[in-house]
Amino acid sequence: MEQDESRYFVPAPSHWPLVGSIGLFLLMLGAALLLNDKATAGGYAVGLGFLIFVGMLFGWFGTVIAESRGGRYNDQVDASFRWGMGWFIFSEVMFFAAFFGALFYARHFAVPWLGGGGEKALTHELLWPSFAAAWPLLQLPNPEHFTVAKEAMAAAGLPAINTAILLSSGATVTWAHWSLKANRQRQLVAGLACTVALGALFIVLQAHEYWDAYTLKNLRLSSGIYGSTFYMLTGFHGAHVTIGAIMLAVILVRSILGHFTPQHHFAFEAVSWYWHFVDVVWLGLFVFVYLL
Amino acid sequence: MTELALHHAHEPPAGFTRWLFTTNHKDIGTLYLLFSLLMFIVGGSFAMVIRAELFQPGLQLVDALTFNQMTTMHALVMFFGAVMPAFVGLANWMIPLMIGAPDMALPRLNNWSFWILPFAFALLLSTLFMPGGGPAGGWTMYPPLMLQTGMAFPFVIFAIHLMGISSVMGAINIITTIFNMRAPGMHLRRLPLFVWTWLITAFLLVAAMPVLAGAVTMLLTDKYFGTSFFNAAGGGDPVMFQHVFWFFGHPEVYIMILPAFGIVSHIVPTFARKPLFGYESMIVAVMSIAFLSFIVWAHHMFTVGMPLAGELFFMYSTILIAVPTGVKVFNWVATMWRGALSFETPMLWALTFIVLFSIGGFSGLMLGLTPVDFQYQDTYFVVAHFHYVLVTGAVFAIVGGVYFWLPKWTGHNYDERLGKLHFWLSLISVNVLFFPQHFLGLAGMPRRIPDYAVQFADWNMISSLGGFVFGAAQLLFLYNVVRTIRGGAAATPQVWEGAQGLEWTLSSPPPYHSFTEPPIIP
Repeated sequence: MEQDESRYFVPAPSHWPLVGSIGLFLLMLGAALLLNDKATAGGYAVGLGFLIFVGMLFGWFGTVIAESRGGRYNDQVDASFRWGMGWFIFSEVMFFAAFFGALFYARHFAVPWLGGGGEKALTHELLWPSFAAAWPLLQLPNPEHFTVAKEAMAAAGLPAINTAILLSSGATVTWAHWSLKANRQRQLVAGLACTVALGALFIVLQAHEYWDAYTLKNLRLSSGIYGSTFYMLTGFHGAHVTIGAIMLAVILVRSILGHFTPQHHFAFEAVSWYWHFVDVVWLGLFVFVYLL
Repeated sequence: MTELALHHAHEPPAGFTRWLFTTNHKDIGTLYLLFSLLMFIVGGSFAMVIRAELFQPGLQLVDALTFNQMTTMHALVMFFGAVMPAFVGLANWMIPLMIGAPDMALPRLNNWSFWILPFAFALLLSTLFMPGGGPAGGWTMYPPLMLQTGMAFPFVIFAIHLMGISSVMGAINIITTIFNMRAPGMHLRRLPLFVWTWLITAFLLVAAMPVLAGAVTMLLTDKYFGTSFFNAAGGGDPVMFQHVFWFFGHPEVYIMILPAFGIVSHIVPTFARKPLFGYESMIVAVMSIAFLSFIVWAHHMFTVGMPLAGELFFMYSTILIAVPTGVKVFNWVATMWRGALSFETPMLWALTFIVLFSIGGFSGLMLGLTPVDFQYQDTYFVVAHFHYVLVTGAVFAIVGGVYFWLPKWTGHNYDERLGKLHFWLSLISVNVLFFPQHFLGLAGMPRRIPDYAVQFADWNMISSLGGFVFGAAQLLFLYNVVRTIRGGAAATPQVWEGAQGLEWTLSSPPPYHSFTEPPIIP
């Protein structure tokens, strides 16, 4: 209930969290049904869950935006949002850490051991004596149930261009931020528009690279540990870039509508933090998935 | 609307939507605690099936697959449904009261964290009724065994994702509340121990739960999308799952004990009528334990065939944990030294915690020694160890905390005689239940089996009898809690003569919005 907001802000009861839970539940239920080959029921549940979830995002964020524009948020609320967003990004870092951990473990332990490295000579002898450890791993220990890839991904070409694109988008979003703080609205919009465009370009090029990998190089999720780590890491990253680009687009629209002032623009900063985070993850990917 | 809202500002809204849409930390805390109690009963009934089957050698009650589902679901429900939500419920209720805040920092997110849980458990528990049954490969979900789960598989994975989302959001909220909502003058160096331990627990949650999400996602893609993270034929390694899982799993077990340390650090000084001994060293000890929890994970997998350097590193780092834990036990004992002790129900649970948790700690030391663990791995000794830590540790601290704070929450004093009866029945039966499992394990009885060799029959029967009494004794707890909620002698604001802290300055029960004006910190 709202009271004495000069000191504290406690929002009124809200139905959005429960709506969000129902949406998430239907999404998960539907996905589980789809994986069990129950296409009709699963499809409906996923579709409905998705709609409810997106509706919740519009409703909940709409409420927050209205409250923010109504001047209801004091410095303490602003700080709460900052702490919250910061720790959320940290949790995302740990999610990616699990997959990077899998990549490092496979490269430095699992594959060399299968090839007889370390203390594992007997593993090699007993399982697949003809297997030779290598990275990128194209010749699998037992290729029988796998789609054998013809070629590994190269760092030069599209990945290098994509690195340049994401780094530039980090610069343009910072340009937008400086403009916002200096109250130069046109440059703010221009900087954000550039960032969204660069993000979209990254996604298009990444899709092109996937097409190339999938068809020409015959590299699949089912091409052994190299394909698994490649697609899971770049796939989750691509999903995060997509979410980030959508959030940036929302911020762009809000900037055009004049929602932000030099003093009061946490939403902008939260999204730019998120954007820098996907940027840094990409640098990790570029080095450890493509380059080394 | 504004007028209406202002009119009702100091009392809860009417009707059941109060509980669905609430943004109030006390309502959400109550929801968490009641949900946890329900899951405690569900998970407990699974345990009763397990002990009933193990009452005698041979298969009597259930078939092997059902038995395996019971062990798996018992663990999942107790961890993610009973113990963790209980601690989050206590955090929701007590942290704003202890730091002088009106509510949690992000009240709507708080509601969402809770309302994801019932849906997550609907997904998880529904698997028991599916063709092929629920998950039966153990709560650790090791591949390739876990990948043989039938229809239930994706339901379990997605349920775990939902629980993870709930935990991470809850943890973010707690960190934000503690850093940003403290009353003026409530410096970090004055923060009550329960708040400190929860701050560190929340950090562990944010760092560990996403790693579990990653691990189970890899399981999912291995089963349905042809990846080979855990398939050696494609260059992966099933042991890799164990590394990723336990990187989450070891911080997870500390997530379930650090808030318990906090609770005991409140109860002991209250009934010893002395300030806590070694406040700073307590905090440093908890921080050290939290740090160490990230570099000890492979002590759960000494027998998988790690390189010798790994075995040694994980053994030494594990044994190191004994130092900060010893500091804590020493401090609790030193707090009681020459104190004016009295033994109300919460104090009895806290004292028992100190002794029995230490027994669990000692068996943990034994298991932490690599060469010794080669003998104990996957025996009932391990089962005895973690039940001493989790039941007589975490659960006893939660129950003690509930007795300690129940008068504050409800405004009614609970029935002390009934509380003591519950305590003594639980204390005796829990030791009859779990202590013989040490002997069974040392004699070589493997865990997670429905049937066993006849030489294990006697201790199993005794253990089961203890289990039945322990299970039944908890009905007394349920009765006592419900009775206290419904009525009883009025509690004073301070409740306990020796109680110190902001939470005891408010009325019992506290106003709907705890501190609408920042309190003056003396």
